[in-house]
Amino acid sequence: MARIEIKGLNKSFGASRALRDLDLVVEDGEFFVLLGRTGAGKTTILRSIAGLEKPDSGMVKIGDHDVGGWTAAQRDVALVLQQYSLYPRLTVRGNLEFPLRSKTRKFTESEIAARVEKAAKTLQITHLMDRKVERLSGGEMQRVSIGRAIVRQPAVFLMDEPLSALDAKLRESLRVELKRLHSDLGATFLFVTHDQVEAMSMGDKIGVLRQGRLVQVGTPSDIYERPLNTFVARSVGSPPMNLINGRMSGGEAQIGAFRLPVSIAGAVERPVTFGVRPENVTLQSGAPVEAKVFDIEDQGVIKVLTLEMGSDRLHVTVPAGTKVGRDEMVRFGWKPDRVLAFDPDSGMNLALA
Amino acid sequence: MAEVKTKGEVIVNRAAIVAVMLALVVMLTPILWITATAFKPRNLATTVPPTVMFEPTLSPFAKLFTKRSQLREPVEQEVYDAAPWWEQLVFDGGEQVVRNKKTGEATPSGFGGRYLNSLIVSIVSTVLAVSMGTITAYGFSRFRVPGEQDWLFFILSTRMLPPIVVAIPMFLMYRAVGLYDTHIGLIILYTAFNLSFAVWIMKGFIDEIPREYEEAALVDGYTRLQAFFKIVLPEALTGIAATAVFCFITAWNEYAFALMMTSRNAQTAPPYIPSQVGSGLSDWTVIASGTFLFLLPVAIFTFLLRNHLLRGMSFGAIRK
Ligand SMILES: Nc1ncnc2c1ncn2[C@@H]1O[C@H](COP(=O)(O)OP(=O)(O)O)[C@@H](O)[C@H]1O
Ligand SMILES: [Mg+2]
Repeated sequence: MARIEIKGLNKSFGASRALRDLDLVVEDGEFFVLLGRTGAGKTTILRSIAGLEKPDSGMVKIGDHDVGGWTAAQRDVALVLQQYSLYPRLTVRGNLEFPLRSKTRKFTESEIAARVEKAAKTLQITHLMDRKVERLSGGEMQRVSIGRAIVRQPAVFLMDEPLSALDAKLRESLRVELKRLHSDLGATFLFVTHDQVEAMSMGDKIGVLRQGRLVQVGTPSDIYERPLNTFVARSVGSPPMNLINGRMSGGEAQIGAFRLPVSIAGAVERPVTFGVRPENVTLQSGAPVEAKVFDIEDQGVIKVLTLEMGSDRLHVTVPAGTKVGRDEMVRFGWKPDRVLAFDPDSGMNLALA
Repeated sequence: MAEVKTKGEVIVNRAAIVAVMLALVVMLTPILWITATAFKPRNLATTVPPTVMFEPTLSPFAKLFTKRSQLREPVEQEVYDAAPWWEQLVFDGGEQVVRNKKTGEATPSGFGGRYLNSLIVSIVSTVLAVSMGTITAYGFSRFRVPGEQDWLFFILSTRMLPPIVVAIPMFLMYRAVGLYDTHIGLIILYTAFNLSFAVWIMKGFIDEIPREYEEAALVDGYTRLQAFFKIVLPEALTGIAATAVFCFITAWNEYAFALMMTSRNAQTAPPYIPSQVGSGLSDWTVIASGTFLFLLPVAIFTFLLRNHLLRGMSFGAIRK
């Protein structure tokens, strides 16, 4: 078992900087999810840890060792990719045995058989063992990829968007399985994704990555409730947090002609970007302000309303049973204690600054 | 899977088959002619109209491999009966095999030795060009090589000059360093011809193999070299087969340098055949049998690799 520590990691590809002074700690046994858009540097981080990419500067530690000079083979990590990670000419069994047959490991035949058997059972792929991998479905392939990672019982699992290529249903079930696998193995997992639902539902801890920099690290509720800035605020949650420019004035939020209560301590007169999640806006007949319903999107359990608030648009989620029509005028309010205030220029959360 | 075809597609398909058959007839007729002539007795080889039905004989091959002279009078029955089958075939044609006065050994014609030279030079130069080409292509494909584009262009540029332009200086150099008329000399030449081609073709194939495969092997505890042999090479087999066929054919067919750079010791088969056309009254059956044998290795080689070639000839454009 091992802890991963990254300090001051830099990596450029030609003129483009993929990683900038990146610091990251993944504690032993943690399920850490890195969330970032395409091109944020997620893959580059994993490749640097695995030893497939040589960083320009910075330190990578696995366990107690600085692994900077180690080859990929010596690092004893497992890497699961979105695709292309199975050997196309081998059967499922061949793929599972492959890591165990490396000369650096020296396993006996019976040991190999036992480990492969166990991994296959864990992932419920025993019926596929003699199949060529080309004949597998996407979900089966990813199971085998995970199987090939676990046979070696490595200290660290690196997963590069392993579920992104799968359809929604399969993704959900594999998500659950991966969580379970993590708690059974007790190993350190570093999982990267661009899918915020995946990040929120799987991570013990989430790191939000933006253009090669780590913006914020925290538990899913930290990230959701107390985002460091507007970027993090809009990275999680669906529909995303409403961000509306206005002013703090006399202990109230002033947005155009609208005035709404807030409970932000030590609020001073100043321009502010208010952030409120759609589920924290409520429709009530006696609520303080009125707005027109611009659009309604029925999502089954909930409805997402878009309200027109002067020149701003506000997303609101309401129970599916709520009766509203398009262009209807509704009265709404928000939960004052759930409203965040951000600096309009820097985007920083004023409560955390 | 059952494929459903429309009427139009069926017609196009049939037309294509007819076109291919016509092309095959045009292209295979000379080969059929040569093959037939290689098994004809001499008197049937040049009849007008051509003889189609005949009893095949191996006498052209017997003549091809031996040195012969004209019989002035018919051979005696005892001598004929005592002779091996191939010598009898030569007697049948009104000729005799030249034998060494002291030992009585039959004198070979030189074709066998040249044929062997052709095989040695072509196989060795193909193996060298393909293996060096594959490794070079792998390096260019997988590592950041400073000036990569310039190097690749330089490699390609060696093909832009017709090789025969440098024949004279090469000839002088070869004589000076003692490579003239040696196997190794021709092998170096043909490897050099084919190497740039092999690098370019193999780079195309290796670029197509996702590097994730090898990287997975690296993470799984293998060295770069082990990953290359275990993962990359099997995936590149199709490309290697296609490249090998091209290199082999180039080396096997090469004529000009073989003629100029070699003589008795290392000369290959291609210069031999025209040398026979020029010497007196040509025996076309012998020339045809030599040509037939010359065609054989390429045909066999291509046939053995046909499964790889079908995919390989598209130069990696179509996979699976
Ligand atoms: N081999 C490479 N050559 C050039 N640029 C690269 C290479 N790998 C990554 N990059 C660049 O580095 C940045 C980060 O890439 P990556 O780590 O793959 O992001 P992610 O996995 O988050 O999508 C991107 O801008 C990408 O274009
Ligand atoms: Mg990526």
